[in-house]
Amino acid sequence: MRDIFDEMNGTDGEVRAAYAEIATWLAETPPATLRAKREEAERLFRRIGITFAVYTEGGDPERLIPFDIIPRVIDADEWSMLERGLTQRVNALNKFLADVYGAKEIIKAGKIPAELVLNNPAYCPLMENVDVPGGVFTHIAGIDLVRTGANDFYVLEDNCRTPSGVSYMLEDRSVMMRLFPELFARAGVAPISRYPELLLRTLRSVAPPSGANEPNVVVLTPGQYNSAYYEHTFLADEMGVELVEGVDLVVQNKRVFMRTTDGLKPVHVIYRRIDDEFLDPEAFNPDSMLGVPGLMEAYRAGNVALANAVGAGIADDKAVYMYVPEMIRFYLGEEPILNNVPTWDCANEGALAYVLDHLDELVVKETRGSGGYGMLVGPHATKKQRADFARKLRAHPSAYIAQPTLSLSTCPTFVETGAAPRHIDLRPFVLSGANGVKIVPGGLTRVALREGSLVVNSSQGGGTKDTWVLRGPRQSQSQSMNGLSQSQEQT
Amino acid sequence: MLARAAEHMYWLARYMARMDSLARLIEAAQLMAGMSSEAEEWLSALIAAGCDNEYLAKREAVTPQGAAHYLCCATDNPSAIMNCLEKARINARAMRTACTRDMWDAVNEAWLESRAFGAKDFSLTQLPDTLDWVRTVSTRFSGAYQTTMLRNEVYWFTRLGTFIERADNIARILDVKYHLLLPAESSGVGGMLDYYQWTSILRAVSAVRSYQWVYREEVKPWNVAELLILRPEMPRSLRRCYDEIVTCLEEISQIQGGRRGECHRLAGAISSQLNYGRISDIFQTGLHEYLTDLIDRSADLGSQISAFYMR
Repeated sequence: MRDIFDEMNGTDGEVRAAYAEIATWLAETPPATLRAKREEAERLFRRIGITFAVYTEGGDPERLIPFDIIPRVIDADEWSMLERGLTQRVNALNKFLADVYGAKEIIKAGKIPAELVLNNPAYCPLMENVDVPGGVFTHIAGIDLVRTGANDFYVLEDNCRTPSGVSYMLEDRSVMMRLFPELFARAGVAPISRYPELLLRTLRSVAPPSGANEPNVVVLTPGQYNSAYYEHTFLADEMGVELVEGVDLVVQNKRVFMRTTDGLKPVHVIYRRIDDEFLDPEAFNPDSMLGVPGLMEAYRAGNVALANAVGAGIADDKAVYMYVPEMIRFYLGEEPILNNVPTWDCANEGALAYVLDHLDELVVKETRGSGGYGMLVGPHATKKQRADFARKLRAHPSAYIAQPTLSLSTCPTFVETGAAPRHIDLRPFVLSGANGVKIVPGGLTRVALREGSLVVNSSQGGGTKDTWVLRGPRQSQSQSMNGLSQSQEQT
Repeated sequence: MLARAAEHMYWLARYMARMDSLARLIEAAQLMAGMSSEAEEWLSALIAAGCDNEYLAKREAVTPQGAAHYLCCATDNPSAIMNCLEKARINARAMRTACTRDMWDAVNEAWLESRAFGAKDFSLTQLPDTLDWVRTVSTRFSGAYQTTMLRNEVYWFTRLGTFIERADNIARILDVKYHLLLPAESSGVGGMLDYYQWTSILRAVSAVRSYQWVYREEVKPWNVAELLILRPEMPRSLRRCYDEIVTCLEEISQIQGGRRGECHRLAGAISSQLNYGRISDIFQTGLHEYLTDLIDRSADLGSQISAFYMR
């Protein structure tokens, strides 16, 4: 694992231009100050109540996702490439979804196996030929990116259902600005605070005709015991819309209403943070207490918009993932700007043999798994773990895919011993409405806090960082900032 | 506004007000216990808090430490102060979007601080400090919502919760102590003990100073009753509470284009009775009967509000 690309120091130890301010700041600030700031950050997060509920492991159920005070920086050129790549990719994913629930051209053209799509548990036959408002299926997509070199970004996976984490992106920024205002004054960071406004605009753009004038948008949450409940409240609050639970909604004559103190009021757009199978006990899981009976009927009748659309999960299936570059070529006639990670589909016999032979260098994932569970990181596993996993692989090969163990880039992270490199990824949030794609400059940077670990998931000891996209080329900033920063320095 | 939101905000405010009333009640009990019968003072605090029966079923006898612990933090007492705080936070968290950041801070920070409390914080020596803390928490919450909330339905339902709870608490305290105020009991010219007993009622609702400002004379039982039932300038009097309740319900009705229900009629009826009542008449018909009737009608009002708005 030599030659790991570090976001600040590259591979040659030379501080990269985008990190000049960070490097100076780290050099000038005594560790005791940083430590104090980190504690202050933790107090702020607790106070605001940004906690992440984990009920399975005992201990304090309201835990904080650790926040690291050293930001991750992306320069303007890098971002412009990422933005184009993300827009392209999400456009293709939306076209793919509209296609597989409609004409199925891509299957007819033989670009993706029919069976992989149509027999996939993530494929929702109920959605066939449903006229989805604005033709958009994945209104909010979280695309997980990793970097392995100065110019090498890869898409690790697409999240097309109900990606979470955007509240951390926004709160990390506001805590960071509160802790280190002088740093922002110097660095020229692009703002991200418009996200809620853009999200609301996106949601309103797909309102059905009945709500075209004054669409009533709501956020549907499973409730306060859901691990992402804070985010649901945050987004509803920032958008100024009602946060509802299933019991607050009722369907009458295929129209959706919410129960208010003044009787029933129509609902036009539901940003739902409940999984498909719990949305409507009449259409899916009959035991669901979270959903709204009759919702699917109202949806299929075109009287309400759901974001994201039901059935969008077929686009982020880990086996379908392999075909995204093909989707881009097929629907857009373009070459993909962002690369996929080379992937072996274990359903394929040749691939399975290769994977079994190279378990010690591959990462193997369940195609239906998420959150970093059910995966094997070959190089970090013991012999026994690999042997156990090989057995599972042989038993259900089609449930797995494998990828090379990428040497994820590292970023300086404040740990007990001071600033040290830790592996990171990036999840930008891509908004698709009736009038196109919008991305705020940034995303959620997740960091694997354990030394050497490649697993960044919050449920597995991952933390987050503020993500800076710089507004323009470095040089012009330092010129414009000349003489301005001195008086603001604090140590 | 969501019906469920109205319910959560209403109960959030009720639990925060209940903490406050309990703190004042316990403070008075502790103070008075030094001057009269200890067990009796603490028992009447338990009665006023509505948990004497459960206490006696679970504990052997009323002791100052036992009662204080039960009212403050016993896990098996659902209306202990610490459990009120817990429930207040659950309601606030369930409707985070309806709370302003300052309101949430007031509740959540108190809850975070309370997690560090141990038995020692509720010992009789530490109790006054802890009760001060409780009152500060409640006052901060009131201040936070008064100063930061939009004057929309959410606000009026929160405020409604505050005054419904306050009215209920004051009526209960009066009802526990009403016998002290009866002419028969106090006909003997105000001895020292009577004087302390009457003041104990004032203390339980933090109204000793107010009494002096309003009446400028020695403490007399009918004045105490009048102050806490009928005086409009007394912020915790039943009349003041009901005036506020009527205002809240009217404001909500205005927002909803004049929609009214049985709860509006009931609140109006109770409020007029308090507005036009005379203390001499109340004593004539019987203070206890008067209070019992009021407590029953308040309970009815509570269920009418929830039937009309929160279903």
